[in-house]
Amino acid sequence: MSGDKILSVDRLAMRFGGIVAVQDLSFAAERKKITALIGPNGAGKTTVFNCITGFYKPSGGAIRLTHDDGRTIALERLNDFRIAKQAKVARTFQNIRLFPGMTALENLMVAQHNALMRASGFTFLGLIGAPGYRDAEKRAIDLATDWLRRVNLLDRADDAAGNFAYGDQRRLEIARAMCTEPALLCLDEPAAGLNARESAALSALLLSIRDELGTSILLIEHDMSVVMEISDHIVVMDHGVKIAEGTPREVRDDPKVIAAYLGADEEEAAAVMEGGS
Amino acid sequence: MKAKPGIPSILKTAFINALVALVLFSLMVGIRTEAGASGQLTYWTRFGELASLVGAVFGGSIVIELLRQWIGPTGAENLVPPAVKSGMSFIGRYLAPALLIFTLLVPVIFYDQRYILDLAILVLTYVMLGWGLNVVVGLAGLLDLGYVAFYAVGAYSYALLATNFGWSFWVCLPLAGILAAFWGVLLGFPVLRLRGDYLAIVTLAFGEIIRLVIINWQDLTGGPNGVSGIPRPSFFGIPLDNSDDGLAAKLDIEYSPTHRIVFLFYLILALALLTNWATIRLRRLPIGRAWEALREDEVACRALGINTTTTKLTAFATGAMFGGFAGAFFATRQGFISPESFTFQESALVLAIVVLGGMGSQLGVALAALAMIGGFELFRGLETYRMLVFGMAMVLIMIWRPRGLIGHRAPTVYLTKAKAISSDLVKEGHG
Amino acid sequence: MDYFTQQLINGLVLGSIYGLIAIGYTMVYGIVGMINFAHGDVFMIGGFIALITFLILISFGLTAIPLILLVVLLVSMAITALYGWTIERIAYRPLRHSFRLAPMLSAIGMSFVLTNYSQVAQGARVKPIPPFITGGYTLHESTDGFVIQLSNIQIMVVVTTVVLLALFTWLVSRTRLGRDMRACEQDQTMAALLGVDVDRTISMTFVIGAALAAVAGLMYLLYYGTVDFFMGFVAGIKAFTAAVLGGIGSLPGAMLGGLAIGLIETFWSAYFSVGYKDVAAFSILIVVLIFMPTGLLGRPEVEKV
Ligand SMILES: Nc1ncnc2c1ncn2[C@@H]1O[C@H](COP(=O)(O)OP(=O)(O)O)[C@@H](O)[C@H]1O
Ligand SMILES: [Mg+2]
Repeated sequence: MSGDKILSVDRLAMRFGGIVAVQDLSFAAERKKITALIGPNGAGKTTVFNCITGFYKPSGGAIRLTHDDGRTIALERLNDFRIAKQAKVARTFQNIRLFPGMTALENLMVAQHNALMRASGFTFLGLIGAPGYRDAEKRAIDLATDWLRRVNLLDRADDAAGNFAYGDQRRLEIARAMCTEPALLCLDEPAAGLNARESAALSALLLSIRDELGTSILLIEHDMSVVMEISDHIVVMDHGVKIAEGTPREVRDDPKVIAAYLGADEEEAAAVMEGGS
Repeated sequence: MKAKPGIPSILKTAFINALVALVLFSLMVGIRTEAGASGQLTYWTRFGELASLVGAVFGGSIVIELLRQWIGPTGAENLVPPAVKSGMSFIGRYLAPALLIFTLLVPVIFYDQRYILDLAILVLTYVMLGWGLNVVVGLAGLLDLGYVAFYAVGAYSYALLATNFGWSFWVCLPLAGILAAFWGVLLGFPVLRLRGDYLAIVTLAFGEIIRLVIINWQDLTGGPNGVSGIPRPSFFGIPLDNSDDGLAAKLDIEYSPTHRIVFLFYLILALALLTNWATIRLRRLPIGRAWEALREDEVACRALGINTTTTKLTAFATGAMFGGFAGAFFATRQGFISPESFTFQESALVLAIVVLGGMGSQLGVALAALAMIGGFELFRGLETYRMLVFGMAMVLIMIWRPRGLIGHRAPTVYLTKAKAISSDLVKEGHG
Repeated sequence: MDYFTQQLINGLVLGSIYGLIAIGYTMVYGIVGMINFAHGDVFMIGGFIALITFLILISFGLTAIPLILLVVLLVSMAITALYGWTIERIAYRPLRHSFRLAPMLSAIGMSFVLTNYSQVAQGARVKPIPPFITGGYTLHESTDGFVIQLSNIQIMVVVTTVVLLALFTWLVSRTRLGRDMRACEQDQTMAALLGVDVDRTISMTFVIGAALAAVAGLMYLLYYGTVDFFMGFVAGIKAFTAAVLGGIGSLPGAMLGGLAIGLIETFWSAYFSVGYKDVAAFSILIVVLIFMPTGLLGRPEVEKV
């Protein structure tokens, strides 16, 4: 694999007591591309995400993020909020984690916390109503509005996020992650629980994020129709190790991948075949 | 629904309740012990009281059972029909301004009623404390059971600075707030990563530590005897007394001790409104949104790059600072403070005000303070029964409205229309 | 050294009483996840009932001390247990699936109710009883005249605690009720599906916790010779501190925490200052939690994201 890498994971290992969730895992994600991480349930995909985004401290290995300007950051040494703040890695969660008692707009405003904090002079300027802060807030609302429009939720901007339908919550969570203006967006099963139409809309959204904004995406997904359609590169995991990687076509035809899915679950295996053909 | 229980079943329930009451009260009420003159314990029986209590439980159970049938199985929530509810939200919009105007006029209306003015000052003090704690508990979702510690720090800061160095109230007031905030940070820094009930017990322990240190550090604080002779506040340098350069003399009006009370009233009103103003503003700033987001989902906050430790610390320190202001006011109003004023009961009372108010709601907290302190005052004549009734009220109110009086949250920013968010969606934090 | 040993004995006795109360906190926390603020007052009620029963028995002319103790123990355990049951029914059950702060406030309210109920019913003055169990053993007498005493009442407190703990451990690990309790602790919905009567199990938890608190109340009465309406607050906070220190939810933790708090308090009083003994206990709690956020024996919380 050649080209400009934004993320490279090198010999990553994660153990919980006796359980080895991830072992000796190496892969890379290219800039401005969509890289998918797939594998049967319990393969360790979410654990990899948690290591990348600092929620778990890896037991071993290195995770390097290289920004556009060539700056390289060792993610395994930063703790969670700094990864989002300094390394500009945003994520969504397998079990949606919105702020249910806040409106959609408020959710997206919270995502712009760090920028707004600076603009509000760490609250002091904001408290006295300095004009500089008011402009910044207006811009933040504009960015949020823009994202609400992109995910087709503009008319629900002032509704509590907890009242949203499942698919809407998924899209709102992606919009919220994007409002942090990340360099790398990590999505944990964004299509889970969506119907076919919603899945298609999601694919289009992710492609537009990649193509229009040039944001690199790391994607965990079970829905093979989404994965095969939009991924530039696929990494397949099983039992904590990488068993294959390559383009969608290469992965689809890899007997090891088929075996892994067959071994795991008939339905998922069928999904692989279907999504690929 | 199931068939309604008939009379026999109601009687049976009442009978069982009465029986339980009989056992519960048998020794505690039926027998009264007292240490005699020689220190020897004696006892006498009070079967009459016991019988009437058990009878009251029997009768009460029947009434409650009948009421329950009458209202229906879902209980008290249905007591308020939807029409009344929407009417209430309409009133709600005008309630806050109306209440504010009325409060401003209290000293005019009740000028001659010292008792009411004193009570109003007391209520406002608790409104301020409630608003201060609301930042911590209601907005940031951090459970603080030792809020009174910051009240104490504020009170003692002013009392000691004023009595030892003769500093004026207006210099000490900000210092009291800063010192309280400083203690808030000092406590918060190591413990704010604790979650839930661990944080609760640590804050409770901290409150007790402060109180015990005040009791024991006699050289500094006067120990259990407290600090007396705390200077009264001046009207920006002009004393409010009977002297020749007092305010009354300067204005050439007849001196009255009520002047000082009225001044204190407007002072605490101003402090409370400052707290309210700051809280409302802070909620609309990134820091305030981060507090509420923290209450909603801490993990998501971290994924968005929010430094949860400093965010919690700022909430803790802000709440502590308001507590410190209130403490300084308390000291100057009383002229005397002692550790007795800073017990866990105070923390519990303020927390009850915040929870009853409906966490996070400014108006709710004000109403709850009025109801609690005012209600408490109604039972003044019954001294010993007062706390008993207060405790029962706390239990009943929680059962009646676990989410408090004001059951919705107002958004801090909107595109087209601010819609109230039902409190069923709002989380209450884990920390 | 002799002085140290004497303080060690005193500390262990005090710690046993705290431990007995702490178990009530930890049990309730484990099963319903709430801090039962009224538990300290249940302990106080237990002490009062023991005192009143004593008075009555003596005025009836009973002199056999073992018999008196047995009756007092049973009566105070039974009535106090009923208090525990009633409190749960009235103040906590309606709030079981409610917001986290509601049961906590309800519990604080209940604590006020009990404190003031007993003040109203029995007066505010401290109630002394004459020493019942006297005598003891001199373990060691040093040349400078210092003696290490082990009084009979101290022996009784420790023995009672050990016996109760054994009984209680058996109950939790071997009986059907214990199994139900553990099931409810894990997952109430699942337990209910598997046929566990959740309401009854929770009630029983309060009943057992209150009965143990009653024993602690009796021990306190015998050891210190007094009860008063306010003793529940301080003892309750200490015991709760002990439960958290040991790791709330853990039964051995509660006992360990109780002993730790008892020892800290006693030694601090003996070597430093009596006034600051509680400050020491609370400060150590804070320090321990900073380094072990879930207490000494608590299970570490895993944060699943
Ligand atoms: N915090 C944790 N503690 C213990 N085991 C964990 C933890 N997180 C994940 N695991 C284990 O790691 C393995 C991989 O889980 P996960 O990464 O969630 O899989 P996937 O997302 O691929 O379905 C599972 O066996 C899971 O039980
Ligand atoms: Mg997963």
